[in-house]
Amino acid sequence: MTHDVMRHVAAAACCCAAALACASDLPARPQPPRNGSEFQSAEVRALQADDFANPMSLWISRGEALWKEPRGAAGKSCESCHGEAANAMKGVTARYPRWDPALKRVVNVEERIQACSEGAQGAGRFGDPSDELVGLSAYIALQSRGLPMSVSIDGPARGAFERGRSLYFTRIGQMNLACTHCHDANWGRRLYAETVSQGHPTGWPAYRNEWQHPGTLERRLRACFFGVRAELPAYGDPDMIALELYLAWRAQGLSMEAPGVRR
Amino acid sequence: MMLGRVQVPQSVKRGEAFEVRVIVQHPMETGFRRDLQGQAIPVNIVDKLACTYGGREVFRAELGTGIAANPYIAFYVVARESGPIEIAWSDDRGQEGRASALVDVA
Repeated sequence: MTHDVMRHVAAAACCCAAALACASDLPARPQPPRNGSEFQSAEVRALQADDFANPMSLWISRGEALWKEPRGAAGKSCESCHGEAANAMKGVTARYPRWDPALKRVVNVEERIQACSEGAQGAGRFGDPSDELVGLSAYIALQSRGLPMSVSIDGPARGAFERGRSLYFTRIGQMNLACTHCHDANWGRRLYAETVSQGHPTGWPAYRNEWQHPGTLERRLRACFFGVRAELPAYGDPDMIALELYLAWRAQGLSMEAPGVRR
Repeated sequence: MMLGRVQVPQSVKRGEAFEVRVIVQHPMETGFRRDLQGQAIPVNIVDKLACTYGGREVFRAELGTGIAANPYIAFYVVARESGPIEIAWSDDRGQEGRASALVDVA
């Protein structure tokens, strides 16, 4: 009996090692890959493309002002350390979430902003969610517009990636659905008035008409949790960031279109 | 002071109509919604917006609860002289906001 169990454990360990070593073992991604805006109506796409009428422009102005505003005990602005956003932040959002050597964990852009605000600026954390946080995040995301998503899942980020991948395929909530059941198996089909997308996070942070407000990817993922009637994780839960990393890997090569507009 | 933006073309020809675009950051709370505790959320909307061109009023709007959050308004004005387009708006709590842009008439 004990011998049997040991054999199973050994076999499972082998499988894990194989899964880690072999890249071709990674799940298939929807083909052809399509950006989130392609599943939106013509009106929503037109609003996203219009830099003035896109309501995110208001939050971006706020984010741009915050980038230049000296804050906290240190009296430093983002610009004092990073310089001009157009250069320093180009392509940054396309590479996030990523392993942060200083924080020793995988963080998304919002968590990285919080760490800077708390550490380098000595101004404490922004509220989450808050207009300041989403504004700064959107202003930073704007600098990556048109660049391909390219997160790294190697080295220390691998653990979070595997966690995110397992969450993506795990059924949750009263509806007993996993992400994959909508966004791999049924994308392009109608769910009430909505067309199910491939679940690529290229347009976030985005203005969502349903909210009448902008929000981060994390808030959007929480809306999916709510939709399948699952328990909502806390803001900043490492599981959510792991899921964001998996989604970002899944969207690799697609061009960033943040700050987007969604239905 | 509320955040808002106004956009006009860089230059316009005398006598031609040009588009003025305005966007205002505001929740436009209808007063019909309730929060998670079941308490009514009080009404809070931008109810007045006016535009002057060279000091003369050329456009005025009264907004109601049917207007979405962060209202976007666009209208046409005939170009007479170079001068400022000034937008002023206020909500039902007396909060005010302003935005302006210069029109260059060629």
